[in-house]
Amino acid sequence: MNAEFILFIVLALIAAVSSVMMITRSNAVISAVFLVLNFFALAGLYLLLNAQFISVVQVIVYAGAIMVLFLFVLMLLRTENEPKVFLDKRPLKLFAILITVFVFIQVSYLIFVGKPSGNLTPDEMKSIDAGTIQTIGKELYTNYIIPFEVAGFLLLAATIGAMVLAKKKFE
Amino acid sequence: MSSIPIEYFLILSAFMFVVGITGVLIRRNAIVVFMCIELMLNSANLTLVTFSSYLGNPIGQIFVFFVMTVAAAEAAVGLAIIIAVFRNKLTVNIDEINIFKW
Repeated sequence: MNAEFILFIVLALIAAVSSVMMITRSNAVISAVFLVLNFFALAGLYLLLNAQFISVVQVIVYAGAIMVLFLFVLMLLRTENEPKVFLDKRPLKLFAILITVFVFIQVSYLIFVGKPSGNLTPDEMKSIDAGTIQTIGKELYTNYIIPFEVAGFLLLAATIGAMVLAKKKFE
Repeated sequence: MSSIPIEYFLILSAFMFVVGITGVLIRRNAIVVFMCIELMLNSANLTLVTFSSYLGNPIGQIFVFFVMTVAAAEAAVGLAIIIAVFRNKLTVNIDEINIFKW
């Protein structure tokens, strides 16, 4: 029981509980705020995994930009609250939960018995080196320059597409 | 990091993914369904970063970078579509948006 392990338990609990809270709240804005909490917990977990660059980007892009967009649209449309999530169509929803619990049991069996990771012994020095912005930047601008350019083009196309779609006269 | 078994990260990621699927299945608000998809993307990211970090290989984190790019584009276009639908139907309840249903 060292500090790292306690930190992992706390962050994992925050991530798990906030994701469950997110899908059970009837008010969509509260759901969005719980999702932001979940993203922050994930950023902490990324730091624990020595992925500094991804951790910072997670906070800036996900918890910042994307969630602000979501909250903006939620408040713009001002959707009415759903009735309590389990009040209508109860058998159908219970069936959905049954299926996902089954999937979860299958996946956890695979993880703990099938051991996809084998007997991995992490190398702390190598993993610290892999997460820095120097390493990632070097890879991005040398071996992955074409995917990087394509990603930029994708963002441009998405910007134009979003503007066209949300324009006033849509036909 | 080395004191935490890799299985713990993987099981947390699997749990979040399953919660995301449940949310897509049981929620009726289209925007919340969208947020559940973001949750699933994030749980996949957690798996990628975990393996990248335990193997000491930066490729997984570069892949996460691209996943984030696609997620940002998808959120922008998806929310624009939801706004366009809302303008026509005055609702985002996916039970009432069924004009493609035969």
